[in-house]
Amino acid sequence: MIDPMVWLIVLPLAWACFAFLLGPGRGARPAIAGLAVQLLLALQLAAGLNDSGAGAHAIGGWGAPLGIDLAADGLSVAMLLLTQVVVLPLAIYARTYFASYAAEARYFWPLAGFLIAGLNALFLSADLFNLYVTLELVGLAAVGLVAAGGGAKQITAALRYLFATLLGSGAYLLGVALIYGAYGTVSIPTLLPLVTAEAPDVVRLAGGLMLAGLMLKTALFPFHFWLPPAHGGAPAPVSALLSALVVKASFYLILRLWLGPFAPLAGIIAWLPALLGAAAIFWGSYQAICARRIKMLVAYSTVAQLGYLFLIFPLLPTEGALQAGIMQAYAHGLAKAAMFAAAGVLIEATGQDTVEGLAGAAQQLPLTLFAFGLAGITLMGLPPSAGFLAKWQLIEAALAQGHWIIAVAALAGGLLAAVYVFRVLRQAFLLAPVGDVRPVPRMLEWMALLLAAASVLLGLRGVELMQLLGVPAMGGAS
Amino acid sequence: MTSGLIFAFAGAALFAMGVAGVLLIDHLLRRILAFNLMGSGAFLVLVGLAQRSDAADPVPQAMVLTGIVVAVAATALALGLVRRFHGLTGKMELPVADDD
Repeated sequence: MIDPMVWLIVLPLAWACFAFLLGPGRGARPAIAGLAVQLLLALQLAAGLNDSGAGAHAIGGWGAPLGIDLAADGLSVAMLLLTQVVVLPLAIYARTYFASYAAEARYFWPLAGFLIAGLNALFLSADLFNLYVTLELVGLAAVGLVAAGGGAKQITAALRYLFATLLGSGAYLLGVALIYGAYGTVSIPTLLPLVTAEAPDVVRLAGGLMLAGLMLKTALFPFHFWLPPAHGGAPAPVSALLSALVVKASFYLILRLWLGPFAPLAGIIAWLPALLGAAAIFWGSYQAICARRIKMLVAYSTVAQLGYLFLIFPLLPTEGALQAGIMQAYAHGLAKAAMFAAAGVLIEATGQDTVEGLAGAAQQLPLTLFAFGLAGITLMGLPPSAGFLAKWQLIEAALAQGHWIIAVAALAGGLLAAVYVFRVLRQAFLLAPVGDVRPVPRMLEWMALLLAAASVLLGLRGVELMQLLGVPAMGGAS
Repeated sequence: MTSGLIFAFAGAALFAMGVAGVLLIDHLLRRILAFNLMGSGAFLVLVGLAQRSDAADPVPQAMVLTGIVVAVAATALALGLVRRFHGLTGKMELPVADDD
């Protein structure tokens, strides 16, 4: 029998190595075929989960504590699905996009494959150390992708990103070391009953180190300094991958630890991420409103949207808060991938990258502007988009617990998002004489539109996702 | 104080020095060295804290070996990027952050 969990990790590794062997710039077709199969596998895993509960797999027949266990519950399968759903259209986009950028495409496919393998492995890992290894895999592959352009600007952004990500995972690793010193195990299911509210201070220190390291990797304000240059300077498909998925990986890990082993220690500290999240919403939106270049605008919008993810922490462990967080991860993942894809088309067509230069673009590229607008609807949180559903659930959960301040932050963020989205749209719809707009392959426009439409239409199909999230991990605790 | 605990404290001190180095040093090569110091500190804590009796605990040692592989890969990537950066700009320090 085919175990989808194993193949979700092996398959991207296989096509990544194959693409590397084929040589620079090649390997798009096996990658797209592999990604299509991965999407089916993720769906199969989700269906299996709905029928028979959480899944587990001992690699090579060696169970924990000696071997490495893979585990899938509702949360991890939801993230796996998001990854495969976003990557497949992006891969088709990238294949067309890189046809005209040979230099930047040199190692895109192998690096993207390693990145996806790392992400899938991260979502399926069940012990803290394995999570560290996958975290590093994701980080190093992402740095490689940022550097792919090879110019001084990209290398600078890549180096800054590299040091930030290494610092983050270093802090996480020290936390793992302290946990192992305290309990003699790093397996999450084994740790669950061991960590109690009376845990020694060293465990609190470990939790703090891991949280700080992961917040740095998620680019939560004020640790966001590395994100805009890295995401704004990379080629469009890379920016989309990084903004939609990579930052979500460390967020997932925070959530996993917060709901899992560190749940008894959470308490009042939950307001710290929420406070930083609210600050991120305002600061990121403000910078997006001021940004001169369109990709910087979209990158700062990521900083703002990541803030929402952290607003849920004081509301956990209620089911509504978790659902709001994952729905926001989906909404932002799909919408931001669409937005970067659309921005890539706009830059390619107009030949320059400032917001001012977009004047009149709507006449030439209506499809792309439509995609940008749809993605904007999700970021603003207008119905019926997934972003609306996420904000609705967040506000509902906040008001149910009497934390109206969180609801205010979420609503204000939606208004600010409207300002920067309309800044782009207004400029594009100006009736200005258009310079020479280069023709752009239709495939690029359609893929951007597909992602944007998915981010809006998901709002109508949220129930299935919520159902999936409800599947608890092996051993009862969710 | 057992010898394991001494190792752990030494590791924590090394880690702190490494973090300070990564944050404060501008020279890229020295920053990479600082990152390695940080990693070694974490490894020392991992092995030192787990040392409960005379017999060595094999699990953290296996983890440290894996961690060293990761650190080597990260260092190689960093060095490759720094070489390229030096080749393009002739400098060994990152420019002051400019967002736009």
